Amino acid sequence: MSADLSAVEVGTELPPLNVRITRKDLIRYAGASLDFNPIHWNERQATESGLPGVIAHGMLTMALAGRLVTEWTGDSGRVVDLFARFTRPVVVPDDDKGAEVELTGKVTEISDGRATVAITAKFEGRPVLGKATAVVRID
Amino acid sequence: MALSRSFVGRCYPPKETYEVSRAKIAEFADAIGDTSPLSRDKAAAQAAGYPDVIAPPTFLTIINLDAINAIINDPELGLDYSRMVHGDQRFVYQRPVHAGDKLRITTYVEDIFDRMGNDFLNLRAEITDESGELVCTTRAQLVVRGADA
Repeated sequence: MSADLSAVEVGTELPPLNVRITRKDLIRYAGASLDFNPIHWNERQATESGLPGVIAHGMLTMALAGRLVTEWTGDSGRVVDLFARFTRPVVVPDDDKGAEVELTGKVTEISDGRATVAITAKFEGRPVLGKATAVVRID
Repeated sequence: MALSRSFVGRCYPPKETYEVSRAKIAEFADAIGDTSPLSRDKAAAQAAGYPDVIAPPTFLTIINLDAINAIINDPELGLDYSRMVHGDQRFVYQRPVHAGDKLRITTYVEDIFDRMGNDFLNLRAEITDESGELVCTTRAQLVVRGADA
């Protein structure tokens, strides 16, 4: 169910999105994106790289930030700009529950028929993306 | 070891054409949990004004990452992949990507600098369609941790 974009104003909050990521999701994303960096599926290589364990692809977390916005607009073609800084890893345990990423967004600016959305993505209560921003057409 | 600034301004031309398929768009949408009919149902996409099913906004990571890897694996650059992390990523769209698009990616090294003992590599890629029109500009910052960092 997408939003009525004509009613969007500065301060409008997007419906939040919570996503659980399991090891299986990482394998699936690796195949779909062709990103086979072993830190996203191999515990040994992840820990040898100095990580606490297997971590989610930053680009997967960014894709979820994109989903927060496209589920709100109902049309991914309205996204004209998407940015994220990868500030903290999402560690995905080897269990059935996985890691939960909590995404929220708020409209911070409207001009020329475009809305800027500031996106927050949190894992274990702490931000994992920095300055994550989407610009969407609302005309 | 600092990366050579002589790489700044270097351009990596497209190696091949990437043809976007409906199946790959659906596969990618599944992998990120995107259930939009616009990425699966041609009729729904056409009703929304698109020529065919459209890709989620980060779909172009498929060819963007491949282009990044070609640069960071350039032996002349001498980048230590095991110390590298993806710092940030941007996609700026002129129009959405749709099934049937035949895309080519040209990548530019925009800047190389070091800060606090880490090397930063800023890349820009321009992704164009069959008619040479710009579809998307991507920007990536890669960070190579210094030996002491």
